[in-house]
Amino acid sequence: MIINGVTIDATFAEAFPMKATRAIITAQNEKWALIAAQAMTGFATSVIACGCEAGIERCLTPEETPDGRPGVAVLIFAMGGKGLAKQLETRAGQCVLTSPTSALFAGIESDIKIPLGKNLRYFGDGFQIAKVIDQASLNPSLAQSSSTTKRYWRIPVMDGEFLTEATTGQVEAIGGGNFLVLATSQPQALAACEAAIDAMKKIPNVIMPFPGGVVRSGSKVGSKYKALNASTNDAFCPTLKGMTNTDLSADIESVMEIVIDGLTKTDIDLAMRVGIEAVCALGAQHGIKRISAGNYGGKLGPFHFHLQEIMA
Amino acid sequence: MSALTFTLTIQPNQRVDMSPLVCQALQQRELSEIAAMPLHCGKKTLRVDELFTISGSDSSHIIIKNSFNKLDFIGKNLAGGRITVEGDVGAYLGLGMLAGSISVVGNTGLYAGAEMKKGYLEINGNTGDFLGGALPGNKIGMKGGLILVKGDAGARVGDHLRRGMILIEGNTGDYCGSRMIAGTIAVMGTTGQHVGYAMRRGTLLLWNTPHISASFNDCGTHTLAFLPIIFKAFATLNSRFAESSTAFNRVQRYAGDMAEMGRGEILVKH
Repeated sequence: MIINGVTIDATFAEAFPMKATRAIITAQNEKWALIAAQAMTGFATSVIACGCEAGIERCLTPEETPDGRPGVAVLIFAMGGKGLAKQLETRAGQCVLTSPTSALFAGIESDIKIPLGKNLRYFGDGFQIAKVIDQASLNPSLAQSSSTTKRYWRIPVMDGEFLTEATTGQVEAIGGGNFLVLATSQPQALAACEAAIDAMKKIPNVIMPFPGGVVRSGSKVGSKYKALNASTNDAFCPTLKGMTNTDLSADIESVMEIVIDGLTKTDIDLAMRVGIEAVCALGAQHGIKRISAGNYGGKLGPFHFHLQEIMA
Repeated sequence: MSALTFTLTIQPNQRVDMSPLVCQALQQRELSEIAAMPLHCGKKTLRVDELFTISGSDSSHIIIKNSFNKLDFIGKNLAGGRITVEGDVGAYLGLGMLAGSISVVGNTGLYAGAEMKKGYLEINGNTGDFLGGALPGNKIGMKGGLILVKGDAGARVGDHLRRGMILIEGNTGDYCGSRMIAGTIAVMGTTGQHVGYAMRRGTLLLWNTPHISASFNDCGTHTLAFLPIIFKAFATLNSRFAESSTAFNRVQRYAGDMAEMGRGEILVKH
């Protein structure tokens, strides 16, 4: 398949099941909501060493947030529920609780609940106050709904009160959707990835967890060093073209990868499609030669994102 | 199906225990069976059809017409469904209610919503003492749900309140929020003496400055983030509490009762 001079490889991205949650951070203004969100999602590029993968999903208008202030939705992904809960709580406690004027709310419904502010309340040293809002009592038509009670904690802090919802939902999700951009120069590869990220940021339910959404150090499974589980993806390293089993043609000088975590396969499909479309819109005349994807032969991850099917 | 309707035909001199006439107890029953159910009235036991004419068949919605202030225990332990009362009711309305909703067009007596666990109780008139309270000798009052009073309430509103919300558009009597364990009471009108007497935790949200007793300490004026969330939750109510113009988030905070645990608060609109 060729789009605007860009070859779409007949390959697929291989992805894994993960657990995910969404949290909503609000603050006095969007600037401080973003500061808290950036802190909370910092050092969360890969589960390999960060414990989770996290990112800002989008900014929210005051009408979209529980407390009517500007907000930011963040998504956090981890390999298991326990790890997710630990990461969420640690990050909420160190990055959001500490951020001026912030408040923290659940951003996703699920029967499986994980603590958001449930344990952070102990920071209040006994001065914390719970407020329970039972929507079923306020609106009897909701009485049959599975989750109608929301518990909030008001924790006294030096700038006033930190308001947090006690729990948020944990859902099944997918991590590791990806595609590779192969270009004739490093600036062209980066420009294409920037265009892709700009387009993909408009898609809900996905994050691109690496710095700026782009990863330049894609990895393969295993290493010559026994202590390492992953190492550089030498088949796509342009400087190794002459000394390894390369997957690059002579004209490729730079490869960059975009990794996508999403709540469902459909979300990742859509994000990959708009991302690849944006890259292909630049086309061969801007040095974009190929789109490929990272996989492990289909033996490790149950979710396969075939590039040509997505772009069909 | 039309609502199962009980129309009172005589007003007995003695009080009537209406607790058998709740939605869950009338399911799958023929009208003839319902008509024969016993109701305690003073020291006598009467058949339902000695007091009421019965019509309709939908037991998930019960309507009581021509009600008056000696019909006690309406909606006791209600576990679901809806009860609408046209007229006044006696004491213990919605006592121990578990779910569902009760709406009263008129006034109610003592202990309305006492020890209720969940559900929605709406009183369009005035209500007596111990709204949402605990029965004498008991230590825990209302444990959940919401009570909305559009008129005035008597003394001891939310006595021993454990959880849930009591919203009063009118005024309250003395000792509003006395011995509260937790929960929220909001009063748009005025409150009597000894507001929050011996409250341990919980929130009294007041539109008018009450007489603050010496055992409450002024914590200053604050903008609190949880207030917009509470007011947003009220938006579905058929009440002045649902009007956006009534919402506020800036309050004077008094902590107390320092003669008790002292973790409660009186928040007064600033």
